[in-house]
Amino acid sequence: MDDESYTGVIVDMKQILVISGKGGTGKTVLTSSLAVLAKGAVLADCDVDAADLHLLLHPVVKEVQDFWSGQKAAIDDEQCINCGRCLSLCRFEAVKTLKNQNGSLKKLAIDPVACEGCRVCYYTCPVDAIRMEDRLSGQLFISETKYGPMVHAKLGIAEENSGKLITLVKQKAQEIAEAEGKTWLIIDGPPGIGCPVIAALARVDLALIVTEPTLSGIHDMERVVDLAAHFGVTTKVVINKCDINWNNTQAIEEICQKRGIEVIGRLPFSEEVVRSLILGIPVVEFSQGEIAEEITALWRKIEAIFQEEGVALGDKKEERL
Amino acid sequence: MIVSVASGKGGTGKTTVAVSLALSISEEEVQFLDCDVEEPNAGIFLKPRIKEVVPVSIPVPRIDQEKCDFCGRCTEVCAYHALAMLPKKVLVFPHLCHGCGGCSLLCPRGAITEVGREIGTMEIGRSGDIEFIQGRLNVGEAMPTPLIRAVKERARKSMNSTTLTIVDAPPGTSCPVIEAVKDSDFCILVTEPTPFGLNDLALAVEVLRKLGIPLGVVINRSGMGNDKVDFYCQENHIPILLRIPFDREIAVLYSQGIPIVQRKKEYMERFRWMMNRIQESLLI
Repeated sequence: MDDESYTGVIVDMKQILVISGKGGTGKTVLTSSLAVLAKGAVLADCDVDAADLHLLLHPVVKEVQDFWSGQKAAIDDEQCINCGRCLSLCRFEAVKTLKNQNGSLKKLAIDPVACEGCRVCYYTCPVDAIRMEDRLSGQLFISETKYGPMVHAKLGIAEENSGKLITLVKQKAQEIAEAEGKTWLIIDGPPGIGCPVIAALARVDLALIVTEPTLSGIHDMERVVDLAAHFGVTTKVVINKCDINWNNTQAIEEICQKRGIEVIGRLPFSEEVVRSLILGIPVVEFSQGEIAEEITALWRKIEAIFQEEGVALGDKKEERL
Repeated sequence: MIVSVASGKGGTGKTTVAVSLALSISEEEVQFLDCDVEEPNAGIFLKPRIKEVVPVSIPVPRIDQEKCDFCGRCTEVCAYHALAMLPKKVLVFPHLCHGCGGCSLLCPRGAITEVGREIGTMEIGRSGDIEFIQGRLNVGEAMPTPLIRAVKERARKSMNSTTLTIVDAPPGTSCPVIEAVKDSDFCILVTEPTPFGLNDLALAVEVLRKLGIPLGVVINRSGMGNDKVDFYCQENHIPILLRIPFDREIAVLYSQGIPIVQRKKEYMERFRWMMNRIQESLLI
C-alpha cells in the first residue's frame, strides 16, 4: 500500500486487474487465457503469497531481485540484562521469554515472525542491547513467457509487507510495458479486500471481478465491488461456473444491474479447465469447446470497452492521480 | 484445544471443512472463530444469531498541537511513515499506523495521546450449541491482523480446558494467516488435487513448519485432478486426514449455503473420525 514511489503516468497502456474477493473462483485460469488472447501483453502476478500464474505461463526467469523491506529486532545476549522492558512494551507479542529447566528466566529473545519492526524496543532498551536488522522479505522475478514479458514474485515464508512487494511488481511491469511500447498490462490479483488488493488496485484502468454463483461468492463479490468503488476503479463482472446454480447467477445479475456494473462474461463449468490445469496450459489454448469460445468473446468485449470507453477510463485514472 | 483450518490457495474448501467439523462434534463445547475477516463466509452456513456487535479499533496518535514543539522525534521513530513534519504542524496518516505506541511513548513533551480508530467489527453470537465469533474488516481498511487478534482474544475469555476452538483462517501464507493459525494445537490444510492446490499447499506447509504447528491435509474435490498431492504428502510424511470427493451435489449444496453434514449425514461420522485421528496424533 505504499504509494509514494509512483510518479510516471502511462496514458497509452491499459491495465487490467483480475480480482475476486473470494479465493478459488478462477482468477488465474482467466488471467492466463487473457494473456494468450492479448497477444504480447505484459503480465504480472500480484498474488505474491500464493502465486500460481507461473504454473500456466511457464516463465523463464531473466532477472532476480531481492526484496528488502522493513526491519526486525534482535537482542544481543551479551548486553541484555533481562530487565523485561521490551517485553512489557511490545504490542505484537514478539518478545519471548526462554526459561531454564527449573523455570527461571534464561533469556529474552525476539520472535522474528511476530516482530513488525516498529523499533519501540530498540529505542527504549536501557542498555542498548537491541539492534535492528534489515529484512529480506522476498524475491522479484523478471521473466519471459511465450505470451510476453512477465513480472512475478515470491514472498518469503512467514514474511509480511506483501502490499509493498505488489507495488514493486506492478511498477516493474509498467516500466517494461512502457519501454517496450506494449498496449496491455494484465495483472493476476490476490484474494480478499485488504492490503494486497488495495495495493494491486492502485491506478488500474479496469478491475475484472471474477465471481461464482455461490452465496459466499456473492457476499465476497459485493465487498470487493465496494472496495473498487471506494478507490474509484471501474469494474466489470465475470460469472464463472455460472451453471452451478442459476438462481444465484440471476441474483448476481440483479445485484450488478442495481449497482450499474456490467456483467461481461458468463463462463460455464468445464472439466476442460481442470484438464488444462493439470497439463499447465491456458484453457483457451487447450480447448476448442464452449469455454474457450466464451473466454474469447469476453476478451473481444474487453477490447471493445477500451475502444468505446477508453477515453473515459483514462480520464478517471488521471483524476485519481 | 485449538484446531485451525487453512489452505494457501483460496477456494479449496476451508469453510466447508471448518463448518462441517464444528457441526459434527457434540461431546465438547465448540467455539467457531471466523478469522477470514476480509471475506467472512462461515456465517452463511452456520447462520448464527448475533447477540453482540463490537467495534474493533487500533490505537493511533493524536497530537496536542499546543504541547508540541515540533522537535520531529515522532516522525523519526515511526517505522511506518505514519507521521510527517510540516514547519508548524505534525500530520498523522492513520491508515499507515500499526499502533505500536512508539510515538506517544517517546515524545519528549508528552504531546501525543492515543485514540482508537475503528478498522472493523467483531460479531458474537451462537449457532445452536456453538459459540460463534467472527471479524469483519471495514471495506477500505488494509490491515486485518489486529482484528484477527481481537477475535482470538475474545475467544480466550470463554475458553476452558475442554473447549474445542475451530479457527477458519484466511487464504494465503502471509501475516493474516500467521495471526490466525498461531497458538493452534493442530492445523488442517485443505487443498485440491491440482497443480495450484499442490503449489500453495507446499507453501502453507513451509509456514506451519516454521511456526512449529502439527498439520494434516484434507483433499477436497478428490478425484478431480491428479495424484501429485498424494505423493507430496507421502514424501513429506504428512497425514491425509480426509478426502471429500469431487461431486456436483456437494458443489450445489455449497452454493446454497447448506453445510454438507446437514444433508449427507454420513459425513458427520467421517469428520468425527478425522477429529479422533487428530487427537490421537497429538498424544503420541
